[in-house]
Formats: sequence, C-alpha cells, structure tokens
Amino acid sequence: MTTILKPKPGMAVRGPRAEGPSAWMVVPALVFFLTFAVVPLLGVVFLSFTNWNGLGAITWAGLESWRTALTDSVTLNALVVTVKIMVYSLVVQVPISLLLGVFTAGNQRYRALLAVLYFVPLLLSSAAVAIAFKALLDPNFGMGPGLGIPALAQNWLGSEDLVLFVVIFVIAWQFVPFHTLIYQGGVRQIPASFYEAAQIDGAGRVQQFIHITLPQLKYTIITSSTLMVLGSLAYFDLIFILTAGGPGYATRLLPLHMYLTGFRANDMGAASALGVILVVIGLVLALALQRIGGKSRSSSQLEGA
Amino acid sequence: MATVIETPRDTAPYPDERGRRTRQGRRAPNVLGGLGGWVWLALIILPVYYVVITSLKNQAGFFGSNPLAPPTEPTLVNYRTVLEADFVRYFANSVIVTLGSVIPATAVSFMAAYAVVRGHGRIIASANTLFLLGLAIPLQATIIPIYFMITRASLYDTLLALILPSIAFAIPISVLILSNFLRDVPRELFESMRLDGCSEFTMMWRLALPLVRPAVVTIAIYNALHVWNGFLFPLILTQSPDKRVLPLSLWAFQDEFTVNIPAVLAAVVLSTLPLVVLYALARRQLVSGLTAGFNK
Repeated sequence: MTTILKPKPGMAVRGPRAEGPSAWMVVPALVFFLTFAVVPLLGVVFLSFTNWNGLGAITWAGLESWRTALTDSVTLNALVVTVKIMVYSLVVQVPISLLLGVFTAGNQRYRALLAVLYFVPLLLSSAAVAIAFKALLDPNFGMGPGLGIPALAQNWLGSEDLVLFVVIFVIAWQFVPFHTLIYQGGVRQIPASFYEAAQIDGAGRVQQFIHITLPQLKYTIITSSTLMVLGSLAYFDLIFILTAGGPGYATRLLPLHMYLTGFRANDMGAASALGVILVVIGLVLALALQRIGGKSRSSSQLEGA
Repeated sequence: MATVIETPRDTAPYPDERGRRTRQGRRAPNVLGGLGGWVWLALIILPVYYVVITSLKNQAGFFGSNPLAPPTEPTLVNYRTVLEADFVRYFANSVIVTLGSVIPATAVSFMAAYAVVRGHGRIIASANTLFLLGLAIPLQATIIPIYFMITRASLYDTLLALILPSIAFAIPISVLILSNFLRDVPRELFESMRLDGCSEFTMMWRLALPLVRPAVVTIAIYNALHVWNGFLFPLILTQSPDKRVLPLSLWAFQDEFTVNIPAVLAAVVLSTLPLVVLYALARRQLVSGLTAGFNK
C-alpha cells in the first residue's frame, strides 16, 4: 500500500497532497470486470484454438477452428454485411441526429416537447422494436395497406434487395434518438457569443451552421460516430428477431454469425474465432477514430465513446 | 454544485441565450427545420401508434379493419391473454435481474470512480485503463467463454447467471461518466473535510455522493434501461420458462401466439410500460445527465 500512496515527484509543487483513497475502493469493480469481461476476453482467444460443441469436453484443435471460420464463405459475407450496415448507418444517422440535435437545442417550446417524444424509442427493447416493425412491415396487415400506398406494401423482410435497407432504417429509428441527445448537449455548449458575432457580421443561418456549429461539434461528431461504429459490431438482438439473418444470408452480420455458429451449429471453436475477429475490429476502429480525434484530446473525451 | 449536472438551459451559462432565442424578433422562424422536426416525429410515433392501437383490437378487428385505423370496439382481451400467459412471472424476473444488477453495478462503479478521481498509484491507474479499454471492445464477442464459465459454475438457467455479467458490462461506462462528474467537485471541499479528520470513506459517502447524486441516478437509470431490455444474456444463459425475462418472453410469445399479432403487441406494450413510467418520472434527470455525461 505504501508504494501507492507515495506522492509522485512533481506533485510536491502543489503543496502537501491529500492522501487520497486507497486502492481497495477500486477492487470490487475490478474483480467483477476481470472475472466477467477480461477473463472471457482471454477465454475467447483460447477457445478459438479448440474444438467444443458446447456440452462435451474441450479438445485442442490448433488452427482448425480458424480454418473453418475463415474459409467459410458465409464469414466473408458476414463481414461484408457488417461493413455495409456500419457505413450506411453512419451515413444515415450522423446527418439526421446532428440536425435533430441542433434542432432540439433551440429553446422554442415546441422543440422541447418534440425532444421529449423523440426519446421514446430508447425506452423500447430491441426485441420490442423488432416485433413492432415486423408487424408494421407486413405486406397485408401493416402500414402499406394502412396508408393505402401500394409502394409501401412490399415484402420488406423477404426480399434480399430491400431487407438491408429496412434493417438500416430500423437501427436508425432505434438509435438516432440517443445520438440526438449527444448532439443536443454538444450544441448547447457552444458559446452564444459566437453566433452573435456572426449575426453582426451578417452571416445567415446556413452560414452559421457551417462555420460555427459544425466545427464546434467536431469532438461530439467523433464521440457519436465512435459509438455508432462500435455499436454496429454489437447489433444482435434486433436483427436476430427481425430477420434471423435472412433471407438467405442477406442480413447475417458478424455478431449474429458468431451466435448462430456457436449456439445453433454447435461449433464453439469457430464461433470463438469469429469473436476474436470482432474484438480486433472493434479495437482497431476505436483506435483509428481516436487518431482522427487528434492526440490533444484527453482520454476521457475519447472514451466518451 | 448541483448545477454541474443540470441542463445547460437551466444553468444558463450564456445568460443572453434565452432572451435572444425567445425574442426571435429579428430572425425568421426556421420553417425547414421545423418541418423536418415534425416529419421525424411522425416517423417516431407511427410505429408506436400502430403497436398501441393494434394491441387494443380483437383478432377479427385486426384482420378486418384498416391497420392504421383505431379499433372500432377497443378491447383489453389481448392484455388478459398476455397476463394469463405467465407474464407476471417474467415481469418479476426482469425486476429481480435489473435491480440485482443495477444496484451493485452502480455501487462498485461509484467507488471505483471515486478512487480513480481522488486516488493515485498503479493499481488504480491500470484499473482505469482496463475500464476504458472495455468501452472500445464489443463485449458481446465474449459470450462463448461467459457461457462456458456459467455452465461450469452450475449457474446456467439461473437469474444470477444474468446478473453477474450484466454488472461487469455496466462498469466501464458507469465509471467513465461518474468520474467525469466527480472531477468537478472542488478539491478544497475534500481538503477541509480531511483536516477535520474525516476518512476517505466518510468523504465519499458524505461529500462526494450527495454532490454527484444526479449523475448517480442518471447512470443507474441508464444501466437499468440496458439490463431491462437485454436479450443476449437471457438467450444464451437461461432456458426454462420460469427463468424467462421480458425481452425473451416477447420472443417466445411470437411463437406461442403465432398469428395473434394483437396479443404479441400487447405484450410489447406491457413490457415497455414500466420504462415509460420511469421516463415520465425521471425524464429531466436522465436526459440532462446523458447529454452532459457524453459531452465531457
């Protein structure tokens, strides 16, 4: 313990330092996190070199599971689907939630009311959202015939061409409200004097948005995008219930592919290899986005993610 | 001090903001923005409206009427069907799992955040790094080892199996947000308490906790939302109907009721109702805490 409490060099400058809490305070959280996050993280690497059907004994398999996972054409397809969903989600969600964030940051009464209602999708579980949209998108009893617009009475979830866009829409429906909140908070931190100065200079609304709001929101955009990108590596329940990865393999993205390989095809080794791939992709993307954010940012801002 | 957590609108860091925006004299209203806002509202509300009205239709009404028209004879029969299908048990399971996860998760995260902000040394620093790393990693990728551990510990198909990993998964974001708020507590306050001879534990309990209580509530609600709505852990770690939690029961209802869509949607409404009530009660708290928490 004494080593922990020993003041570092440089600290003496600020005068005698409070002793501070001892390390035991961090121990309960650390124990939980080590046991159910760090150990499983190491475990998934270990299991990717084994054969296991989920019930019987675990046997060493060397690279066999990796070979199975990587040579399976479904894995490549799952990667492509994951990237597509990730990119399209960003393209759709960033502008919408940014604009809505700016919109709800205004102080008009009706905007405050709308902001209250915008939050509603966040209260629904992914299971509820998926079930609701499944019913809503039904070509016979859903919104298509309801609104009397034949174009909306498609077999949305049964068509390989349409289903990916449906999934991207439903994901946006569920998660844009959260990102709107983040942007709303970001916009409200921009000093009003910036806008006043711009107004005096005769800048219009659009110019103010482009020259003040957007640059000022740089870090908010990075935080929110990081969350979206990492989130798209975790979309599981929504798609599992909505499409189960189908039709065919059209919406079988990586996390779902991992689940189905492990718990349906009972190949836990290959599923673990897919898990490792997921972890690596997540880490690489998080670090890359941190780079874009610039090195000057404190770690807490980065991990606002 | 409570001002750190409240909405910037209330703290009014820019006193002239309010006047400027509400007067609006010189500026034309933003028609395009308003229009977009209402269009998005329609997109948000349509599915919710559809779910609610459909849950009030009987089977014949569902198949016979316009899907978006309100029911001609509203009925609660679907709600009875759902309640008779063991819904109360699933509800109770969800409550147990949510409280059982959120209370310990918030407590250990608060202590850890306190240590991270106030303490120093290698253990605390590396713990913090580890938590931050946890934010960058899709923890869902670890479900297979978790399944392995839970089955080997003979916890498979118990509610505890859902609680333990849920606590662990809630820790990174909780520690991050709580420590962001704890950093705003002036050092002098701790200093003066220390000179009065208070222990660190007393300072945490008597000084830090009351000052960041709004942030603690926010993070507790945020975690509760996640656990309440969680689907993956229940799917892989439980099996028998009497251990089912609500999201899993929705999925099971789908198979059970098959074509009885109104009943399935009634279950959706019932499972969401507690969160709607919570939102109605604690909206300001949750929203302001989240907007502030993610912008630090």
